[in-house]
Order: sequence, then C-alpha cells, then structure tokens
Amino acid sequence: MKTKQNFLKGIFSENPVFVLMLGMCPVLAITTSIMNALGMGVAFTIVLIMSNVIISLIRKLIPNEVRIPAYIVVIATLVTIVDMLMHAFTFSIYESLGIFIPLIVVNCVVLGRAEAFASKNNVFASFIDALGMGIGYTLAITILSAIREFFGAGTLLGYDVTPLNLIQPATIFIIAPGAFITLGLLLGGINALKNARTKSAEVKE
Amino acid sequence: MNFGDYIALGLYAILIQNVMLTQFLGACPFLGVSKKSQSAIGMGLAVIFVITLSSIMTWSIDHFVLIPQELTYMRTIVFILIISGVVQFVEMFIKKTAPIIYKMLGIYLPLITTNCAVLGVALINVNQEFPFTKMVVYSIGISVGYALVIYVFATIRERLENANIPKSLKGTPIALIVAGIMSIAFIGFAGVIEI
Repeated sequence: MKTKQNFLKGIFSENPVFVLMLGMCPVLAITTSIMNALGMGVAFTIVLIMSNVIISLIRKLIPNEVRIPAYIVVIATLVTIVDMLMHAFTFSIYESLGIFIPLIVVNCVVLGRAEAFASKNNVFASFIDALGMGIGYTLAITILSAIREFFGAGTLLGYDVTPLNLIQPATIFIIAPGAFITLGLLLGGINALKNARTKSAEVKE
Repeated sequence: MNFGDYIALGLYAILIQNVMLTQFLGACPFLGVSKKSQSAIGMGLAVIFVITLSSIMTWSIDHFVLIPQELTYMRTIVFILIISGVVQFVEMFIKKTAPIIYKMLGIYLPLITTNCAVLGVALINVNQEFPFTKMVVYSIGISVGYALVIYVFATIRERLENANIPKSLKGTPIALIVAGIMSIAFIGFAGVIEI
C-alpha cells in the first residue's frame, strides 16, 4: 500500500510540473512537439531513476558537508552517459533537444529528489519514487506539447489530424509566447477543476 | 570587430536573444523570486555577477585544457563543478570584503548553482565557438537581459496582487500569461539588429 502511494504521488499530488513547479526550463522550451516531449521525458526519467538509486546506495558513505557537490557529480556523470547514448542512437531527437539534454544536470527535480528522498530512504523506495516522478514529469510535458502541437501545427505526433482544415494552425502556440500562455491557461484549468471539486464536496457535506 | 559591433552584439544578447523570454533558461528563479521588485533586483545583480565570472572561467578551462587534451565530452561535468565552485567562492569573497553587498545578494547566491541560465550560457559560448572578447560581451548582455526582464516582471506582479482576476488564475497561472505577453513584446525586437 505504501509503495503504491509512493509511486502515485509523483504523478498526481506532487506532480513536479503542475504542483511543485520545478524544472520549468525544459517544460517551456521543448514542448513544441510530442516527439520532443517524449524524448525529453524518457531521458529525464532514466537520469532520475539512476541518480536516485545510486545516491540511495551511497547515502551512508557521503559526509553530510559535501553531499550537494557529491550529488551533482553523480548526476552530471549520468547526464553525460545519457547525452552520449542519445547522440549515438536517436540523433534527430538529440538535435532538436540540443542544449536541454546537458541542462538536465541543473534540473531542480533531480537534485531535489536526491536531497529530499534518496538521501533518506532505501534503494527500492527511491527507485519507486523516481519512477513515479519521472512518469509524472513525462505525462505533464506530453500533455502540454500535445496541446501546443495540435493548435500550433495542426498535427499530433507528426500526423495531420485536421484533414478538412477545420482548424487553421496558429503559429503563436509553437513560438516562445505560446509556451507561457498555454501552460498558464492549463494550470488555471487545473485550479478551476480543483476548486469545483472542493465546492461540490462542501455541498455534499 | 570595432566598438559599434560590440554594442550591437550586447543589445542583441539583451533584447533579441533574451535568455528568459526567448530561450527559456532560468525559469525557476524567474517564477520563484519575482514576487517583490526588491528581491528581483538582488537576484538580477547576483546573476550578472555569476554568469560573467563563470563564463570567463568555463571558456578559459575549455580553451586551455579541454580542447587541447581532447576532453570536450567532459564539458557538462567540468562546467557544473566550475560553476558551483565559482558560486561558493563568490559567496565567501563577498562575505569577507563587502558585507553590504552580501546582505543584498547573500540568499540568492546558493540558488544560482541550479539556475540553468548559468550552465546554459557557458555551453552556448563554447558551442558557438565565440572568441574571448565576443564571449565576454555576449555573457554580460545575456545576464543584463535576464536582470532587466526579472525586474520588469516583478513590478508587474506587484501590481497584479491588487488586480481583480479570476480565482483559478491567481498566482502562477496569471504570472505565466503575463510572461507570455512580455515574450510577445520581445519578439517585436527580432530583426532590429542584424548580427
């Protein structure tokens, strides 16, 4: 039961993007297409899982005073590995994500989970925590990128989904301002849903 | 390059290539530390200081150590270590020599290590293969652009506190929409300066 909660909190109650608002740079920058978001999500999840597991394994060896630099070295090494793998096997995604793959190093979510969770819990719990957080992050950026790709280019995953040209693509969703405005409205929508739910719960009582 | 070209490059980095509004680097502090204009000034100054210093350091290490030794694949690790070292050093140095500035910037300095703008600019500098002077001008321009935008954004957010906005949009959602509108304004600068 505890494991299940530990897993689900990363997706819903403590979603890194929609609730904690951490690691926003890639969220805004690479959500121009679903393919990019999935690539980023997978890279991010792999780094997060490996860093949580490794830091949890060596948590008793690291002196308290130098723990942050030690975490950063571990994370930077893992990011370099993922960077090289993506360069070798998924070159087109690597090209379009560009600078944001090395920037996973300074993604607050990875360091935040290392500090807040992996340094205090055992390997299995840390693994589940990282898996939940990674999936929550991937889900959030995929939703955002699906909205932006649909309205901005009229496609989903690169396939044309507006055959009758019912929707004219609006370029603003793909360029920089669209990222801010779409995310702002999406968060507003989530808040509105939450408010409606608490209201209906109050009425029932 | 003559003097005019450097001015043009500086303005290009501040307005057209604006690090926050067009390149999305440094979003966490941009949303987190922009509720009061005072703290936005502190954060902006700390960013200018650290980005300029760490860009010079990372560029030098890249040029004199990593490239001759063919170790460029180590860039991410080396750069992040240099940046956290620089931040730590700046913090200690300011604490000793200028307590007044330390009071102003102190709490923002540790946050800067995880500001992706710092590592981002260091990586852009080496990816674009800028020569030294160009790199310095570009780094200063980028960080001044960040400080400018975070200050303007904070002053708008102070006014938003009193505005009558829908309940669901209060807080971060409306801040993001404001940032989007600012970003539209900055896109208007595109093409003003040709590099």
